[in-house]
Amino acid sequence: MATLSRHWLRLLTYIGGLLPLGLLIWNYSQDQLTLNPIKEIQLRTGSYALVLLVLTLASTPLSRLLKSRRVLELRRLLGLFTFMYISLHFLNFLVLDYWFDFSLIREDLFEKTFALAGFSAFLLLLPLAVTSTRGWIVRLGRNWKRLHWLIFPAALLAVVHFFWGSKADVREALIYGVIVILLLALRLPVMKRLTARLSRQSAEDTEPGF
Amino acid sequence: MVKINPSEITPEHLFHSRRQFLTGIGALAATALFLGACRGEDALPPAEEETPEDPLTPYDSILNYNNFYEFTTSKEDVALMARNFQTSPWTVTVGGLVNNPKTYDIDDLLAKFPPEERIYRMRCVEAWSMVIPWTGFTLAGLLKAAEPKAEARYVRFETLYDPAQLPGQNSRVYQWPYIEGLRIDEAMHDLTIMASGIYGKPMPSQNGAPLRLVVPWKYGFKSIKSIVRIDLVEEMPVSLWMAASPSEYGFYANVNPDVHHPRWSQSSERRIGEIRRRRTLPFNGYAEEVSYLYEGMDLRKFF
Repeated sequence: MATLSRHWLRLLTYIGGLLPLGLLIWNYSQDQLTLNPIKEIQLRTGSYALVLLVLTLASTPLSRLLKSRRVLELRRLLGLFTFMYISLHFLNFLVLDYWFDFSLIREDLFEKTFALAGFSAFLLLLPLAVTSTRGWIVRLGRNWKRLHWLIFPAALLAVVHFFWGSKADVREALIYGVIVILLLALRLPVMKRLTARLSRQSAEDTEPGF
Repeated sequence: MVKINPSEITPEHLFHSRRQFLTGIGALAATALFLGACRGEDALPPAEEETPEDPLTPYDSILNYNNFYEFTTSKEDVALMARNFQTSPWTVTVGGLVNNPKTYDIDDLLAKFPPEERIYRMRCVEAWSMVIPWTGFTLAGLLKAAEPKAEARYVRFETLYDPAQLPGQNSRVYQWPYIEGLRIDEAMHDLTIMASGIYGKPMPSQNGAPLRLVVPWKYGFKSIKSIVRIDLVEEMPVSLWMAASPSEYGFYANVNPDVHHPRWSQSSERRIGEIRRRRTLPFNGYAEEVSYLYEGMDLRKFF
């Protein structure tokens, strides 16, 4: 039963991670990406990346709350799917949208603070994706955890990128901002103690009394 | 400047067959070049900095990619949301600082100012663009009929305010109704038209039926849709976008690749239906006709 649910969780994560890409490819083949498909690809890959980033950040506190290693085991997979969509987001900008026209890219990547925030998030996450393998985890030892702390500034930059990139209506970006800040706050020692107590309590509640 | 003459109007189906023909010619030319290269001859140098052609955007594309926040902020859904928009009866009031204020019934207005065809590039501030064959009449004619007073310096336009029909107006993100403005010399310019149709057909609701402004050298948001009021005023009107984000949207909003926007490229644009970006032209390619209006002005300051 335990192995079954472990497999199911992984399978579910794979499906959830690949389904948006499949949908994007399907919609492209059916000419359903609006009359401005390159823009639509940019918006969609950005949204998927942000949702997956939130799920990646949620996996640690969730596993602590549920006292479940299984949720934690999904973290790396979620992180890699996040990076996949961020890479697609960036490649769409570089290749399809600007076709390596570096005179335009210089202006639209480095002179626009909103783009710079997103690009910085991508650069911060790049070494995390590279060092996600078992070999690198062993090689880096204690430093691996220090390095992967970079996901926190990257997440904040991603939200800032979305906020500055929004046209007048910033409500959706603010919702993501609140969620990310909450997930970051759960890393504070005081919040860790609180969640530990909560999960103890719920465990006591569900256990049969003696 | 790159002018599109009315004589260049091509019906949509002919336009497409012409493009197929041109593609065929292109393929032949490429083959010839390739064969030529095989023979060891020098290939022709690529034509540099040639101004690209401006084929008309297909009718169907113009109808299904709209910024009309009174209906919805989703460009693809405006057409559906605007299906039942009531444009009859409709009146347009010309008033303010004029000697001859008047409220026109839309049919009387169009009878009095017969429309002509104008093909203009339309450049959205979001860095996409189209080429649209409008039917319309010059705003100058309508304003002259109203006899502006000497103190009138600006023209203020107002869209219908009717949240029952225009659900987007229930949103508090923007201050409704939609307001736009022009300096009176801009409004009197021959390129500035009031449009009542596209491709020779009556204006579709999603494009601003029954009557909208078209100012081709300014970003699209200046070309206010579904107009009910036009007032001559002394003070510079505050447009909806100026009120929403004064640092991003100025009163003039002239297409200008040298004035950057925090989000969208203003140096380049994507023509709807094309893959590669195009360079954006100063005043959207109408500099020769309109740049004199802004002589001596710092266009970075008055953006």
